[in-house]
Amino acid sequence: MKRTHRRLIHFCLLSFASVLLAPLARAQESPYIVTYDHYLEEPGNLEVEYFSTFGTQRGAGDFVADWTEFEYGATAWWTTELYLDGQSTFHDSTIFTGFRWENRFRLLKAEHVVNPVLYVEYEQINEADKVMKEVEGHDVEADHAVPNALARHDLDHELEFKLLLSSTHNGWNFAFNPLAVKNVTGGNPWEFGYAIGASRPLALKASAHHCNLCGENFIAGIEMYGGLGDRYSFGLPDTSHYLAPVIAWNLPSDWTLRLSPGFGLNDNSHRFLLRWGLSREFSGFGERMARLLGGH
Amino acid sequence: MTRTAKFSIAVTLFVVLTMIVSFAQHDRSTSPSNSVYVELTNAPKKAAARPNPLATDPEAQTAGAKLFAQRCAECHGETAEGGKKGPSLRASDVQQATPGAIFWVLTNGVVRRGMPVWSKLPDAQRWQLVSYIKSLGTGS
Repeated sequence: MKRTHRRLIHFCLLSFASVLLAPLARAQESPYIVTYDHYLEEPGNLEVEYFSTFGTQRGAGDFVADWTEFEYGATAWWTTELYLDGQSTFHDSTIFTGFRWENRFRLLKAEHVVNPVLYVEYEQINEADKVMKEVEGHDVEADHAVPNALARHDLDHELEFKLLLSSTHNGWNFAFNPLAVKNVTGGNPWEFGYAIGASRPLALKASAHHCNLCGENFIAGIEMYGGLGDRYSFGLPDTSHYLAPVIAWNLPSDWTLRLSPGFGLNDNSHRFLLRWGLSREFSGFGERMARLLGGH
Repeated sequence: MTRTAKFSIAVTLFVVLTMIVSFAQHDRSTSPSNSVYVELTNAPKKAAARPNPLATDPEAQTAGAKLFAQRCAECHGETAEGGKKGPSLRASDVQQATPGAIFWVLTNGVVRRGMPVWSKLPDAQRWQLVSYIKSLGTGS
């Protein structure tokens, strides 16, 4: 084994150990799965998340698409995330579909009525990707009926930009995310989409005792997302849209569980999506990594 | 090597370098600084004058202590004496500040110095935290 390979393996093992040894942080995660609010990861914390989407599919097998997310709070105004995507299509196959690297930058230092966050993402995914983390352009259900063996050969390099606008008032959070995507391979036009959401904790005051089922630990809401066509055909024709109630259970044992049944709103949409996710936050990860890299 | 492969390698290298720089700067960017206290004096007069609506709630301090242990102790220390990332909340600057000023800093954070905004906690929970912080006093 080459020396560089050994070093890489040691680095990976030490990173993994850092995660295991890092103290857990209590999460207060939003329930949204597609929509973003303006809250970033706390600095130095690493959140590891696993999400799964079951989708019904006309004209082909139903599917389960999964993604794993590593979200790191680089500073109080910058959060960076790595996603690894995959999917299993019934009566077809299970494949890895690509990765995404996402960055969110808080634009204003203090809270305002509406808080803007700039979202920039690079995606290297193939056409078999079905995680539907966002719906854009003319994405429709029929796109997902292509067999994996064919779709996986179509590799996309996409740049995605979102403006995350979010406001919190009296416990309610309202978020609106317009998005623009450019596939930089080939002469594809800019594509557009949106996500909108509202959520609220079930109880606004914290109870004085430790509890799992207190209202303060649950945040419920609803989100809606869909495509808005592209540069040459902007609008609703040939687009798909979804409405999805969402709920998050922020467990005192440092886990967060999210659940969201989604319903297609037109004939171009999957009829039903069932999404769920499990996440755990590790505090002080950055500090440990800094020490590992020779910092103080 | 294809253009796509080169592009992928460049992006991967950029990701790795960004992470390394971020980790390496982490301690520096989040080191505690007493100048954070100055932020308390920057609260607008109207915000600083707001009374704590839970000041007479007998459970507010206990609930605030629970919230503090869950959200704040990591940076400010388990007994709020200060930690590697956050300053002491027992300091006179904090204890002499009005409840409204503390609530304002909790709401807005001190983003440039590493303290996140906590407006994701409902108002009532932030006031519970204020109740707990004000109960600490300046003793150890």
